[in-house]
Amino acid sequence: MIENIIEVKNLVKSFKNFKAVDDISFSVKKGEIFAFLGPNGAGKSTTIKMLTTLLEADSGTIKVNGFSPEKDKDNIRKSFGIVFQDPSVDEDLTAWENMEFHALLYGIPKKERLVKIKELLEFVELWDRRNDLVSKFSGGMRRRLEIARGLLHHPKILFLDEPTLGLDPQTKNHMWNYIREINKKEGMTVFFTTHYMDEAEKMAQKVAIIDHGKIITQGTVESLKRETKSKSLEEAFLVLTGDVIRNEEATPTDFMRNRRPR
Amino acid sequence: MKAIYILWLRQIKKYFRSRSRIIGSMAQPLLFLVAFGYGFGSVYEKAGEGSYIQYLAPGIITMSMVMTAIFSGIDVIWDRKFGFLKETMVAPVSRWKIFLGKILGGSTVATIQGLIVFGLTLVVGFKPINWWMMPIALMFSLLINLLFTALGTMIASKLEDMQGFQLIMNFLIMPIVFLSGAFFSLDGLPKGIKFITKINPLTYGVDGLRGALIGINSFSFWNDAGILILLSVIFLALGTYFFEKIKV
Repeated sequence: MIENIIEVKNLVKSFKNFKAVDDISFSVKKGEIFAFLGPNGAGKSTTIKMLTTLLEADSGTIKVNGFSPEKDKDNIRKSFGIVFQDPSVDEDLTAWENMEFHALLYGIPKKERLVKIKELLEFVELWDRRNDLVSKFSGGMRRRLEIARGLLHHPKILFLDEPTLGLDPQTKNHMWNYIREINKKEGMTVFFTTHYMDEAEKMAQKVAIIDHGKIITQGTVESLKRETKSKSLEEAFLVLTGDVIRNEEATPTDFMRNRRPR
Repeated sequence: MKAIYILWLRQIKKYFRSRSRIIGSMAQPLLFLVAFGYGFGSVYEKAGEGSYIQYLAPGIITMSMVMTAIFSGIDVIWDRKFGFLKETMVAPVSRWKIFLGKILGGSTVATIQGLIVFGLTLVVGFKPINWWMMPIALMFSLLINLLFTALGTMIASKLEDMQGFQLIMNFLIMPIVFLSGAFFSLDGLPKGIKFITKINPLTYGVDGLRGALIGINSFSFWNDAGILILLSVIFLALGTYFFEKIKV
């Protein structure tokens, strides 16, 4: 048994001339719901990319489910499911095909695959639409499909990078209910980022706040509120990170998104 | 194996679902066949070289396949932009399998494209000399497509967005196609240009395909196939390396 399913020590990552992640350490317990909070450009997504083997760290150590990304990439990859900040489903495939693609990449045997895909699509209420192309889906439906897909291979950890961005309150509510249910039922660890502090306050058992690449504080929501003498997590967050608005430069990605030929 | 299969299948499904792409991709080869074929045909025949359509058809098929192949590879950029690449890259699958699955899919699509254009050439009067040579023609088509899908995929793994696209079109695809003997014989060329055609891998692809279709070769089949296979293997290794380092 590993007590800490994620362990990060002295992690550093720099891009050309700035330190995106500057010597951070934290750990997440097995079965915990962990919120990783911070303003835009604080280093959240960079950290998630390193935890999920998409980016190599400059220095420091990472252990995910007991494995380190230098030696055991594939074992880490098998351990987690992820819902990315940006959409990542294939619009030209149907909901079913997106699920099937994932199942085959993760080597799920046929029998289990058929059962599991049905179960999860029913769980996120997309079973009736399974044969529709994803291009016909709304943002909320795509998100639900991504969640179902992320859960398909029975991950021990679910990463959610701003999963509720742009969702209506109904969908948001539904989504968190699914996630809490699986967390309870299967003891799955949940690691998420969000800009909605009420969400973090409601869901998270533990919170870490990162700003300018450094972790400012971590603990339970209650301890953070006590520490800053605030009434809500939102207030505590603003006390800790200040109220200066952060700018993120538009990436080529944003540019491209506006001009996809169809 | 399953991972390679599903990556392949995805490309095929996407191809057959984009009818506009299939129809659009027939326009250019048809235009080339008509404009070049009829335009230069009479001059070519007066020079005593026989039928130009016969000479040109394998070249047009190749051109169309190479473009489809490179653009299938470059599709990776769209996958990156629309997030799907991340879904593929976090999966517990070796990078060489991902790369191979993608290029097998892309080259199958390009080969189907080649068959469609082959059909068009038959309509405008092309006659292969020997139908028994078709398997060899098909094999050369596959080799050409593997090579150029791999090339496109490698380029895409390094490009952040479509900005470099025109550059690739004008400085890579066009020279590769025009200096490969697709449209004219390489025999009478000046030395410098001749050298370029010799190091252009497509020269050997066109030569092999033309040999299989109309029986005119500058090199032997073994020579042509050997070079294409060797380069494909090198590109597979290189592409795997690029995919290990890819930024998503």
